Amino acid sequence: MQRNTLSKKDAIWLGFIALLALLPLAPFVAANSFHMHVVILILLFASMAQAWNIIGGYCGQVSFGHSVFFGIGAYGAGMAVVTYGGAPWPGILSGVLLAAAVALIISYPCFKLSGHYFAIATFAIVEIFNRSFLVWEWVGGALGLDYPLVKEGLTNLMWYDTKTGYYYCALILFLLIFGVVRWLEGHRFGYYMRAVREGQETAESLGVNSTAVKLSAMALSAGLTALCGAFFAQYNLRVDTPMVMSLDMSMKFVLITVLGGSGTLVGPLLGAAVLIPLQEYTRAFWGGLGGGVDLIIFGLLIILIVVKQPAGMIGIFHAVRKRLLKKKNALKGEYTDGSP
Amino acid sequence: MPDPILKVADLYSGYDGIPVVFGISLEVMPGELVAIVGANGAGKTTIMRTISGLAHPLKGQILFEGTDISRHPAHQTLKLGISYVPEGRRIFSKLSVEKNLALGAYAEKSQTEIQRRREELLDIFPVLRERANQTAETLSGGEQQMLAIARGLMSRPKLLMLDEMSLGLMPSMVDKMMETITAVNQTGTTVLLVEQMVQEALEIAHRGYVIQTGKIVQFGAARELLDSEEVRKAYMGM
Amino acid sequence: MALLDVRDVTMKFGELVANDRVSFTVDSGAIVGLIGPNGAGKTTLFNCISGFFKPTSGSILFNGTDITGLKPYQIARLGAVRTFQVVRPLKEMTVFDNVLVGAFLKTSDNKEAFERAAECIQLCSLENLQAKPAGELSIGGKKRLELARALATRPKLLMLDEVMAGLTSTEVKLSVEVIMRLRESGITLMIVEHVMEGIIPIADKIVVLDGGVKIAEDAPERIVKDESVIEAYLGAKYAQRFKAQKEGGDHA
Repeated sequence: MQRNTLSKKDAIWLGFIALLALLPLAPFVAANSFHMHVVILILLFASMAQAWNIIGGYCGQVSFGHSVFFGIGAYGAGMAVVTYGGAPWPGILSGVLLAAAVALIISYPCFKLSGHYFAIATFAIVEIFNRSFLVWEWVGGALGLDYPLVKEGLTNLMWYDTKTGYYYCALILFLLIFGVVRWLEGHRFGYYMRAVREGQETAESLGVNSTAVKLSAMALSAGLTALCGAFFAQYNLRVDTPMVMSLDMSMKFVLITVLGGSGTLVGPLLGAAVLIPLQEYTRAFWGGLGGGVDLIIFGLLIILIVVKQPAGMIGIFHAVRKRLLKKKNALKGEYTDGSP
Repeated sequence: MPDPILKVADLYSGYDGIPVVFGISLEVMPGELVAIVGANGAGKTTIMRTISGLAHPLKGQILFEGTDISRHPAHQTLKLGISYVPEGRRIFSKLSVEKNLALGAYAEKSQTEIQRRREELLDIFPVLRERANQTAETLSGGEQQMLAIARGLMSRPKLLMLDEMSLGLMPSMVDKMMETITAVNQTGTTVLLVEQMVQEALEIAHRGYVIQTGKIVQFGAARELLDSEEVRKAYMGM
Repeated sequence: MALLDVRDVTMKFGELVANDRVSFTVDSGAIVGLIGPNGAGKTTLFNCISGFFKPTSGSILFNGTDITGLKPYQIARLGAVRTFQVVRPLKEMTVFDNVLVGAFLKTSDNKEAFERAAECIQLCSLENLQAKPAGELSIGGKKRLELARALATRPKLLMLDEVMAGLTSTEVKLSVEVIMRLRESGITLMIVEHVMEGIIPIADKIVVLDGGVKIAEDAPERIVKDESVIEAYLGAKYAQRFKAQKEGGDHA
């Protein structure tokens, strides 16, 4: 029960991360820039989903508005580079802080709505921001922001020759966000988030200020999401509203986490590891027609998950393991007597 | 010697393949009031649910009037004449008292017959007659319990199974409940009930079975169980 | 100074008066029973005291502080904690984590909180179940969890709502022992109960509600003889049985 100390699972994670650190050296990745691209996207989307997981999975407040924060982060970086012609870092910092502030302002009234109404309100928020940014000249309006050619390297957070620089950035982003969530799991705040999810009134009766918990989780989630958005801008070299601040993007946050296992540490990674290759390889191999295949499969997967196993892929693993254990025990002999 | 109306033989039942009751055997004679008593979690409700068809046995047999009903689902056992009133009332809170009663007789086609039974029951439970048009959720706990039992009787069951009728009721209501159950039994309905108020249950029953961690540890005439040292110490706090 | 001072609390839902100018006090270290028919307003009163409802009028003082209208988490932090009549386990969290949430109220240090949680789990005989998801417990286990969790918050005043429903007399006796030990450890208790053998023998004072109104507030031995209480709640049979037990007990 001592989850704040390192456990066997943590050891496995650390081993996995060590492998990831060495991945660019692996022949199939090093040789093919597209495979590297897919891995970078997996790490990015896993990070995004994990950021969402804080408020949506652990705290149980399902937000369909996260592309707003993603977009703020992306625009923050984009404007620093494109509009102001400088390094992205000040923009990234502003984006993160602004996203957190916006999160607090929007969610304060929205959290007064219960359950489904909160989710619906977040739909509306995305649409509002989407439309506003489309007509806002200062951020580039409908044209978006296209990155100019600048000196590559860490200062400008851009690389052209190889993707290795981006890979390690994505890995650090992944480590940061997964590390934060892992830390939260063992910390009082993490327990409070889960308590609010499982029963807000019950949590209140135990002294948990549920409003403060939800707002803090939302702000943290928003800030980390903005960081992901900033990375995306630097990687994609273009920022526009339909891409970064749309319902489409918002859905990805939710779907990836729910598919993998909402409220678990490994869920966002599992979800990204399944959906991103699906998305990228179908698009690559089937070109025009393939563009929609991944969405069809997304849709089917969601239906399957919601109907059969709302706990996601992790839920499936647990159920299979339970069944195997039961078979093992049944084979051991007839029903064991209940006597202690 | 008449045949038992209900005979349970060597029953194993539980959840997710794990048994909670082990080798339960009991029988109920027509017209009797039999009580199954025991502590929290001993398996009493599991037995009731298995007999009524809400759960399936892992092993063993259940015979009702000679027919094997072990694998019958709940709606079939109802048609055969078993009415199970579950723990926690489970009345339809947004519907009126009358509607709740009517739903208890849903298997009956004749409207006149349903009317007749309802009138009969409102006679046995006058407090329900007073509140016939009120929504069930506005009734007090005890009244809701009465409604649950009355609804259970609407199907004219041969065997009425009651699960923890005294739960959450104030003392005067518990007394009234026990009196009502006795009255119902005296009109000829066989009653099998499960109770945690051991003394109250054995006081109105003809015979009793004592369940502990899924097994029957004692059974016999209710009078004898009430006087038994072990029962008094283990259950009645004496 | 009483630990809890309920003054003329009235709670109305539209036209429905659930609590009508209810007043009583709970002294520090006492066990006070709150009894009455279903619908008398007992749980509503609990909700008013614990902050889930804001009383229409009247005031509630806890340890000298006016807590009327404060939020539930604020009242819990001041040391007045309640359990729920229909138990509310945090279903997907383990039993241990449930109790831990309670323990974190008084400390943010993990080690201390874990120790407190383990203590309360042992007190409520939940050791064998601590790794199970709370939603999988039997109703009895869930009730013990509800108590363990509230205890973990180190309350000054613990308000228990029908914790003994559905227990056999022997189980009731064991619960009574647990409650006495709680009192010895310095906790003041206010208990709503229908199981008379679980409250009459141990209460210092009984408050009786009927139809939203307080109809009696007295020592237990006088309450069981009170005509209005017998009429509204206990029933003649219980009153007789209590009398018989008392007389039998006196001779034994």
